[in-house]
Amino acid sequence: MNDATELLLSLLVLAGAIFTFIGSFGLARLDDFYTRLHGPTKATTLGVGSLLIASATYFSVTGDSLSLHEVLVALFLFITAPVSAHLLAKAALHQRLTSLAPLPENAENRPGDALPAAPPSRAEPDTRGEIPNTPGGAHDTSLRERGT
Amino acid sequence: MLNIALLIAFALVTAAFALALWRLLKGPSAPDRILALDTLYINAIALLVLLGIHFGSDLYFEAALLIALMGFVGTVALCKFLLRGDIIE
Amino acid sequence: MKRLLPHPLLTPMLALVWLLLNNSVAPGQIVLGLLLGWAIPVFTLPFWPEQVRIRHPRTLLRFAGVVLFDILVANLKVAWLILVRGRHLRPAFVVVSLDVRHDLAISALANTICLTPGTVSARLSEDRKSLLVHALDADDHAELVATIKSRYEAPLKEIFEC
Repeated sequence: MNDATELLLSLLVLAGAIFTFIGSFGLARLDDFYTRLHGPTKATTLGVGSLLIASATYFSVTGDSLSLHEVLVALFLFITAPVSAHLLAKAALHQRLTSLAPLPENAENRPGDALPAAPPSRAEPDTRGEIPNTPGGAHDTSLRERGT
Repeated sequence: MLNIALLIAFALVTAAFALALWRLLKGPSAPDRILALDTLYINAIALLVLLGIHFGSDLYFEAALLIALMGFVGTVALCKFLLRGDIIE
Repeated sequence: MKRLLPHPLLTPMLALVWLLLNNSVAPGQIVLGLLLGWAIPVFTLPFWPEQVRIRHPRTLLRFAGVVLFDILVANLKVAWLILVRGRHLRPAFVVVSLDVRHDLAISALANTICLTPGTVSARLSEDRKSLLVHALDADDHAELVATIKSRYEAPLKEIFEC
């Protein structure tokens, strides 16, 4: 392994670890569930992605043949991460978790209508209880009806 | 150089584990805890990949792949449970 | 022909996944991979609702490139937002009205929105005409919707529908 590859590998490993850390840091630091959702599901994808690229490069350089099976894990993570993020957001809406951003009133009944600009939510942690969380009234039934 | 980078990376990923665990314990809601579990399994994949590079062993790959598969299924099952109150319909 | 090879694209992809899983390109593995790639679609035929048809492979490739680039750029943006702006974000829910009707296109759009950092698709309306999107830090809501529509929805519409 020459110096250039080693430098590249070190950079990839460091970048991956930093992104992984930032994802978890966002999870611990941010104030409401919906913003927390962004940290881990995104930053970790890129973080683990670059770690896997580093691993593939390392084993291709040191081993006797090309090693690409890390691509499988990366591919799988890139397919599944958005699905779990979507499901988590849906579950949170279903549970009517409070949010820093005002929830759209009855989003089901207003297709095609971009929301009017929300009141400036200079979000401070202690204001989150003040915004009532009211998803559409027909929400419960809509979830059941949409079943498989 | 790579060894130093790996050491720093181990420290960062371990810190990420601690933060996710803190969120898992603190909650405050069920989706938060599921999100923390989701983050934990992704961190576990990162740690396994790092260990694979550190020890120069191919064996960690299978573990990472299995954790990726099972973790996703677990997250989906827990979300389904919150959405429907039931997993198998 | 339709029964023997129901998904012509799936067979080489399954074979490729098998080769990646085994991390080898030995002739025996290629044959085994192709055999699995043929057998799995045939035996799981009843579970596949419809045939996937991709109309413009080049648009799909360009779209994949755009999405990968966006993931990179926007990851840096989200990292910056979390580290620097942590408690002064402007999260928002926006409603994106959908022009695409095809199920696959809708799910691809929802996945793309989730994959590009800063936005998560949260709920598809019951009539499948609008998608609720949560943005981590939205300055101009109308602009965000316009970006999603022009950057992601238009190519997907082209790929899967017309």
